[in-house]
Amino acid sequence: MESPPRLPAPPAGRLDGPPDESLTQRLRAGRRARQNEKILQDKEIEDKVAQQEAAARERQESRPFEGFLSEAGRLFEFVGRFFSQFWRRPFEWRELTAQMDEVGAKSLTLTGVVGFSIGIVLAMQSRGTLARFGAESFLPSMLALSVIKEIGPVLTSLVLAGRLGAGMGAELGSMKVTEQIDALEVAALKPFRYLVVTRVLACVIMFPVMTVLTDLLALLGGFLESVFSGGMDYRVFIATAFDTMRFVDVVVDTMKTSVFGFIVGIVSCYLGYSVRGGTREVGRAAMQAVVVSSLLILIADVVIVRASLLIFGDISGSS
Amino acid sequence: MSLFSRRADRHRDEETGRAADARPDPLGPEGEVGDGPETRPGDEPTGAPRAGVPAPRTEGGAGGDGRDGGQGTDRGLDGEPVTGNAPPPPDNVVVELRDVYKSFGPKEILKGVNLAVERGTSAVVLGGSGTGKSVLTKHVVGLLTPTAGEVWVLGDRVDLLDQDQLDRKRTRLGYLFQGGALFDSMTVYENMRFFLDRLTTLDRGEKDDLIDESLEDVNLPETLHQYPAELSGGQKKRVGLARTLILRPDIILYDEPTTGLDPVSVRVVSELIVQLRDTRGISSIAITHDLLAAEIITDQAHFLSEGRIVANGTLQEVRRSDNPVVEEFFKGTEAYGAA
Repeated sequence: MESPPRLPAPPAGRLDGPPDESLTQRLRAGRRARQNEKILQDKEIEDKVAQQEAAARERQESRPFEGFLSEAGRLFEFVGRFFSQFWRRPFEWRELTAQMDEVGAKSLTLTGVVGFSIGIVLAMQSRGTLARFGAESFLPSMLALSVIKEIGPVLTSLVLAGRLGAGMGAELGSMKVTEQIDALEVAALKPFRYLVVTRVLACVIMFPVMTVLTDLLALLGGFLESVFSGGMDYRVFIATAFDTMRFVDVVVDTMKTSVFGFIVGIVSCYLGYSVRGGTREVGRAAMQAVVVSSLLILIADVVIVRASLLIFGDISGSS
Repeated sequence: MSLFSRRADRHRDEETGRAADARPDPLGPEGEVGDGPETRPGDEPTGAPRAGVPAPRTEGGAGGDGRDGGQGTDRGLDGEPVTGNAPPPPDNVVVELRDVYKSFGPKEILKGVNLAVERGTSAVVLGGSGTGKSVLTKHVVGLLTPTAGEVWVLGDRVDLLDQDQLDRKRTRLGYLFQGGALFDSMTVYENMRFFLDRLTTLDRGEKDDLIDESLEDVNLPETLHQYPAELSGGQKKRVGLARTLILRPDIILYDEPTTGLDPVSVRVVSELIVQLRDTRGISSIAITHDLLAAEIITDQAHFLSEGRIVANGTLQEVRRSDNPVVEEFFKGTEAYGAA
């Protein structure tokens, strides 16, 4: 290893004189060279990593299954980017509010009608079966259990996945092909934070809210059907509906829709953001956003329900 | 004072070596925009704040509230230029590409491009479709990074800048996309206001004045409350240009600024580009295969073919090149124009 260059001895009387300008300049130049060297080294490492990733991608794309894995890898990379960005300031409050309005208020009619009609149909269909076993009085609690624990969360999420997934995929996709995202990037406006983080967070926050509203409307539908068509006393309905329900069930089964919201938001944004080409690819991204998010919601539901049973047990108290 | 004359003053200041923005600017409350790193003595004017346009909000760190005063902000470590130990271009060169290579997978697009653009001049990159002209300009704004080579913009290597440094650099660059890239869910006013809201601390009246002035500069004040879908192709490009101008860039990159326009609109847009160069000293790189536009705009022409610059000089010099691809291009384009 080379020894550091020796600095020339200062001339006599120089130490208490003014500082040596040439020495300062040399030290600055040396420091600048070291800093630039460091940047080059970092760049070299980044290049090597990029080359390895490109080579790996090429290898994987040569086989269909590995192509799928590579796509999944890119999705996880996108997820990682979301987690590295979403907590950083400045927060896009205005856009987040607009997106929450889109997920919430503007989807309310659809989810409300779905919930209300499902409640009525569920009450109508179940009454006959329960009556055969003389268990008609269990209708309210069965209705509440099925709506709050499963039908409400999953149905709301699937309906929202259809509405929002297609919308987000198409919107971001067309922004990509018309270079609007590049325009934001070039103007240093951080499009990922503005477009992706806000949409995903809006889904995470609003899915549980929409689920609660859908649950309430489904129960209202079931209640009205039972009371006015089935002749059940409304006091009996109210008294028995939540008999078997545990608070933890309500919380876990409602909050799992935050995970579903995350899935819908991140998958739709990823597919929209990754569009290359033209309008055909935009359409494909919108369609894939709905299909992939719906499938992932159902898979995640199985996993979450299994985990919740292991942790909290079922309504009989056994885990 | 109009935008053009203000900018012309600033350009003259730069040419005389003064820090143009050292004087108070009626548009920008410079003192309000943050507490970023201070300029060190000896810093080049490339790091100086811009009139009315503070540096963008950063992701925490030294910027405090995420804003800085724009002083020395497009500098690398400790305000030093990011050079990667390579010799920087001369001061009068605002953009330089040195041996730039770019591949997408196995497909090699750029194969050693060398190009330099001097301050206050308009460079035009000519070439057929699919030769990598857009890829080339996207390197200048950091939308793409080269596989190999150096990309110098205003004294720094943009291929080595980190995201925050790149964002600060980008506030000094403008990019006019082929279709204007206007946000179609917003009106023209909202499109322009969006940039000002997020990058400046100007008050509403100042922003509205700037928007009006920018639209007047492109002769489209009547489009203020229209949506992009209601504009013609030429109007979209001019509104896109107005939106780019509102942030007072030092360099503008034009991606096919006249493609798809009728000859009258081609002349209007091209003359606007020349006017911006002459009155505001904005350096520019335009990529085009439109010879009428090139003739109006060009100070220096570069012909890109098979990933390399095969001819450069004035447009006439390039036209006289004996490279067969260049000859073919001019023959074909002129024949088309004559028809």
